Amino acid sequence: MSHEVVEKKVGLLAVLVLSLVSIGGLAEIVPLFFLTAPPGVGSTVEPVQGLQPYDALRLEGRDIYLREGCGQCHTQMVRPLQAETERFGHYSLAGESVYDHPSLWGSKRTGPDLAQIGSRYSDFWNREHLRNPEAVVHGSVMPAYPWLARTVLDGALTTTKMRTMNTLITLTCATCATYSEKQIEEGPAKVRGSTEEEALIAYLNGDPDQPGGLGQLSTPVR
Amino acid sequence: MDTHNTYNYTVVRQFALMTILWGIIGTDIGVWIASELAYPSLNLGAPWLSFGRLRPLHTNIAIFAFGGSALFATSYYVVQRTCHTRLFSDKLASFTFWGWQLVMVLALLTLPLGMTSGRAYAELEWPIDILLALVWGAYAIVFFGTLLQRSTPHIYVANWFFGAYILAVALLELFASAALPVSLWPMKSYSVYPGAVDAMVTWWYGHGLIGSFLTAAFFGALYYFLPRQIGRPLYSYRLAIVQFWATVSLALWSGPQHLLYTALPDWLQSLGMVFALLLLVPFSGGVVNGFMTMSGEWHRLRTDPVLRFFIAALLFYGLSIVEGSVMAIKSINALTHYTDWTVGHAHAGGLGWIGFLTIGALYAMLPRLLRCEQMYSTRLIDTHFWLATTGVVLYLLAMAAAGVVQSTMWYAENDDGTLTYRFIESVQATHYLYVVRAFGGFLYLIGMVVMAYNAWKTVVGSMPVTTSAASHHTHAPANPSIGAGHSAETHHPSDAHHADPHHTNPHHTATRDSHGDMRRHP
Repeated sequence: MSHEVVEKKVGLLAVLVLSLVSIGGLAEIVPLFFLTAPPGVGSTVEPVQGLQPYDALRLEGRDIYLREGCGQCHTQMVRPLQAETERFGHYSLAGESVYDHPSLWGSKRTGPDLAQIGSRYSDFWNREHLRNPEAVVHGSVMPAYPWLARTVLDGALTTTKMRTMNTLITLTCATCATYSEKQIEEGPAKVRGSTEEEALIAYLNGDPDQPGGLGQLSTPVR
Repeated sequence: MDTHNTYNYTVVRQFALMTILWGIIGTDIGVWIASELAYPSLNLGAPWLSFGRLRPLHTNIAIFAFGGSALFATSYYVVQRTCHTRLFSDKLASFTFWGWQLVMVLALLTLPLGMTSGRAYAELEWPIDILLALVWGAYAIVFFGTLLQRSTPHIYVANWFFGAYILAVALLELFASAALPVSLWPMKSYSVYPGAVDAMVTWWYGHGLIGSFLTAAFFGALYYFLPRQIGRPLYSYRLAIVQFWATVSLALWSGPQHLLYTALPDWLQSLGMVFALLLLVPFSGGVVNGFMTMSGEWHRLRTDPVLRFFIAALLFYGLSIVEGSVMAIKSINALTHYTDWTVGHAHAGGLGWIGFLTIGALYAMLPRLLRCEQMYSTRLIDTHFWLATTGVVLYLLAMAAAGVVQSTMWYAENDDGTLTYRFIESVQATHYLYVVRAFGGFLYLIGMVVMAYNAWKTVVGSMPVTTSAASHHTHAPANPSIGAGHSAETHHPSDAHHADPHHTNPHHTATRDSHGDMRRHP
């Protein structure tokens, strides 16, 4: 076919372009929904052994992390490089983020990686740090987040959030756990009265009973 | 015939002037957040001024408000002039203008409030996404409708690039915005994709945006404005064909290069790396085509600051594509990823390529849109060029140095295998580089303000002419600015073709191209 034909037919040009630009996404994204691994190892759509959805308070904490744009400066993706695992802990696995809608892997480290940050710092340290980072880490360029301690959660959206998550988990992850009706009903009560600061710290520290590295390390990040 | 009656220049002028305003706002926020990183007390303890909320605003305004308005302006301008027809629908075109501005004002309001989808470069929440989809649909109808009613046999090469970008961005936005709404106010939704898949979608979209919105579309603009400014046809039509189809085929494959060594499957990482390297072919083809069009005309850079903007844009583009492909090699990416090197790389493309090209196109278009011979001051264009160039160079040097400092310190180990530096030491070490970066950005911002002043004086100077032309439509062709255009400094591409007997384009594309810029005769 002479190229001249394409140059004269708008419809043909459009169809050719649309078909060609679609291939990349089809080849690179669609297979990710079908990857499987041995039980417990986890994959793009399978949780690592025993991983549960975020509880109500941590789900709210995660939304605060999103709202404040923490991911603009902090990654949650430790790469399997020696200096990195030395500094930040065990490298991240795909199956650790199956409950993450959206992903918070990030792409820039103005501050350290936070994937394995859980339980390395006390709640007290975290509070002081969020209110005035300079006070605990000299030379830090992180903004202070004083308003988080002043804002109390009312849990108004918690039920909707948990139900939406259930829909998404059911759609995308066959071996994942969902919230039970009881968990959803109790959700707002578990959230109500906590400050945003408490919710964010709960999310950052992770659930000590959960896998994914959270709570495994006790040394401060270097 | 008066081109101002034949063509819809109103919407082009609106978008062009808003491009300048958004350019100032976008770089202004950029300078502010760059200063926050150097002096964190500038966050002022206010939620809506904090870095985490303003940085997405900066990228959205820079890419979509500034870059987007520039692309609307240039594509509407180029498609009319090269198809010899008015825009398909004035009403829809006007809707795209007001709709796009509304989307950007909503971004200005919601992002500082922390309403974000959390996806890089697609942060706007679902109600704004719906509006954006409507505007983009209207844009596609206006653009392709105009192509359909063209009175030239061929579709000029610039329009393929514009058309492809409109389709690709529609596809990208559609899948990147897929989310389940949680509430209307505060606007809140959850992405439909789970973690690892979501990360892949983010960078399929993110790099797809770079390939289509920030590369293909701007080549559309370049392939009109560069030959026009030089007064010669594009060096090789055939090379442009190869570049076009290669870009369309390869540009949406290289997302995984942003996820090397992550938990993404290995085969996918390798695939992304291969495609990132393959992309060097079409991308460098564009650079070669641009530079070769300059053959024999390089001396003009001394006197024509607008041409200088175009050529500098190509230089920065060349720099960033080579850099980008090298950074996509896994072993190199291990060092550069997560550092400020990437930020420098992004701004070589953003400030250097997109910014310079847009600025050049504005200086080339504005006099025509405002019915005057030339910009108010060529000297100020020259001033703008040097301010912007100094600014970008400072920015790039500072970020390259910061990237080297960070990767050196992060991966330094003692003999016993322990880490040499604490993370915070790498933060402290980059302080002065952050200051230099903010200063570089500040110079770039001053350049934008100089352009705004120059444009304002041009608008004011053009007003009496516009008024008289409006009241005496029939005399409009007598206005020297209409008839003569840029002829003193810019030859018509076809003139150049005829004047250059050695030009041997196999397709005689020069004449095809040339029709593009001929006004209709009454």
